[in-house]
Amino acid sequence: MIIAGIDCGAKNTKTVILKEGSIIGKGTTLTGFDQVSAIKGSLDAALKDAGIHARDVDNISGTGAGMEEIKDADLKVNEIKAMAKAANYLFPSARTVTDVGAEMGRAAKIDENGKAVDFAINEKCAAGAGAFIEAMARALEVKLEEMGPMAIQSNKSIPMNAQCAIFAESEVVGLIHGKIPKVDISKAIHDAMASRVVSMIRRIGVNEDIVMIGGCGLNPGFVDSLKNQLEIDKVYIPDDPAFGAALGAAVVLKEEA
Amino acid sequence: MSEEDKPEYWRWTESNWRNPDIRWEDAKIVTAGIDVGSVSSQAVVMTDGQVYAYSNMRTGSDSPESAMNALNFGLEGTDMPESRIDYCIGTGYGRVNVPMADRTITEIACHARGAHFIYGPGVRTVLDVGGQDCKAIRCDEKGKVVNFLMNDKCAAGTGRGMEVFADLLSVPITDVGQRSFQVEDEPEPVSSTCVVYAKTEATGLLRKGWGVNEVLAAYCSAMSERIFSLIDRIGIEKEFAITGGLAKNRGVVDRLMKEIGLAPMKTDWDTQIAGAVGAALFGYVLVQKGKGRKG
Amino acid sequence: MIANYGYKDGSGDYFIAIDTDRCDGCRGCVEACPVNVLEVVDEDPNDPFREEPIVIVVSDKRKKIKYECGPCKPPTNRPPLPCVEACPQGAISHSW
Repeated sequence: MIIAGIDCGAKNTKTVILKEGSIIGKGTTLTGFDQVSAIKGSLDAALKDAGIHARDVDNISGTGAGMEEIKDADLKVNEIKAMAKAANYLFPSARTVTDVGAEMGRAAKIDENGKAVDFAINEKCAAGAGAFIEAMARALEVKLEEMGPMAIQSNKSIPMNAQCAIFAESEVVGLIHGKIPKVDISKAIHDAMASRVVSMIRRIGVNEDIVMIGGCGLNPGFVDSLKNQLEIDKVYIPDDPAFGAALGAAVVLKEEA
Repeated sequence: MSEEDKPEYWRWTESNWRNPDIRWEDAKIVTAGIDVGSVSSQAVVMTDGQVYAYSNMRTGSDSPESAMNALNFGLEGTDMPESRIDYCIGTGYGRVNVPMADRTITEIACHARGAHFIYGPGVRTVLDVGGQDCKAIRCDEKGKVVNFLMNDKCAAGTGRGMEVFADLLSVPITDVGQRSFQVEDEPEPVSSTCVVYAKTEATGLLRKGWGVNEVLAAYCSAMSERIFSLIDRIGIEKEFAITGGLAKNRGVVDRLMKEIGLAPMKTDWDTQIAGAVGAALFGYVLVQKGKGRKG
Repeated sequence: MIANYGYKDGSGDYFIAIDTDRCDGCRGCVEACPVNVLEVVDEDPNDPFREEPIVIVVSDKRKKIKYECGPCKPPTNRPPLPCVEACPQGAISHSW
């Protein structure tokens, strides 16, 4: 059976193609302001990657902020369920999973079957999401993808007072004027953002192994701050963390089919 | 366009004023209140509990310097020496950085007291929307605080949020209110509370073909909903007064008052000086009670 | 006076309300709080004419009480809040 799992996120739309339980293709597009074309774009890219045609797909499952726009979906999967299944599929030893994307952060405690037993969500506020780091990158005049690598060059701990991304922009500009090196500012930004995600994880309890999915998993600065604040040595991150929720949606459909 | 030539859409005019009917030489007690906000700073000089002079300026990067500049600008055009001031109180976000202050008092207490002076004893609910915060205060007939909240964590519902929008849409901040009414139908409010997400939403609306005025209307209306939900927590009792920079933005104020179902109290005073007026008044009472510097 | 310390952001309302007419500054809540969110000060910063001790929310915690108070607020099976339980006057309440 071939399944396409589509995650229509705030920033990117991701598709994973699963054949008999194995990943055979992936595709991603910017969501932009047209979710319907983004969904089609990411599905097409994933089909191409898998070397198959749309007619080869047996079922489609959807998740993410824009899942209502996935008209062809046979199943719509709640984000918590999707992330829990993804973590279990990728790392069966996972007991905690966190998904940190562009506009939200989530954490769930999961059992050995990949079922979420408790969860916490942080959404509708940029302070605890990838959008925070993106806004700070603009204030620092640094490319988003350079932020993490810069942060890990610093070992300084500068506290940030502002919680709100809008106010933090002014604070970052103040730090630049205060001649604080950009690597140290970048570390402060990641520490501040990670502290909010960590307190969300702590609410459900820190149970290893901890798995992280979502676009922020690609950011070494964020992962570093997260590990330090959770006081753990390892956070399990898949190669393509951004595809986590799409994969989870596909796995849920496979199990329910 | 270089960074320096870039127009600053949030810029408003700084001002100062002196009461022509008062001779400071005749005063028994002279007090000053200095309100150092995140965006603007005001200094009010009072002679025996009456406003003698004031200033309203943009806060610079250095709080002590902004406090001194505000006081000097307030005293400009008067020949009163700063040394004539018997007691000075600092308030606002930067209150601990007012070098000439004898004491500090929170902006909550000062705004309630200042609104009581500016609007009269009938005022019961004071809303102050400043550059980086939103305060809702309920007070009694003496101007004493009964219930309050202050939101300075989140930019939504603050002047900064509106500045971000004005900047995004390249509309001077002083034109926002008026232009927000130049729409055929009142649009749905912007649905995201978070200013970062609201900006993204607004960009999407423009992409969909919305006009700038429509987006402004949608944001003014979102901001008024947001502020309403904050005041609602402390309970709204009439009469209702609005102080702070936002009082000048009718785009938000008119929509908010419609939601509340009241008319805002009117005053000839510059509403931005409420905090500094309250501070100077507290100074006056403290000196009278013998708790001032000389007491 | 009801002093509401905290904030509202896109994700929700997070206020700790203190009834200053009930609070007698006994410090019970301060000792009960596991994360030092509360403190007793000698005079009410919001009432220059009150001279009795009063509890307030520590200034640098006000903008993050959603996170600071997290340990006492697990998503499921939430026990009573220690600060609220510790107050004999019933002067403290949380909005979330």
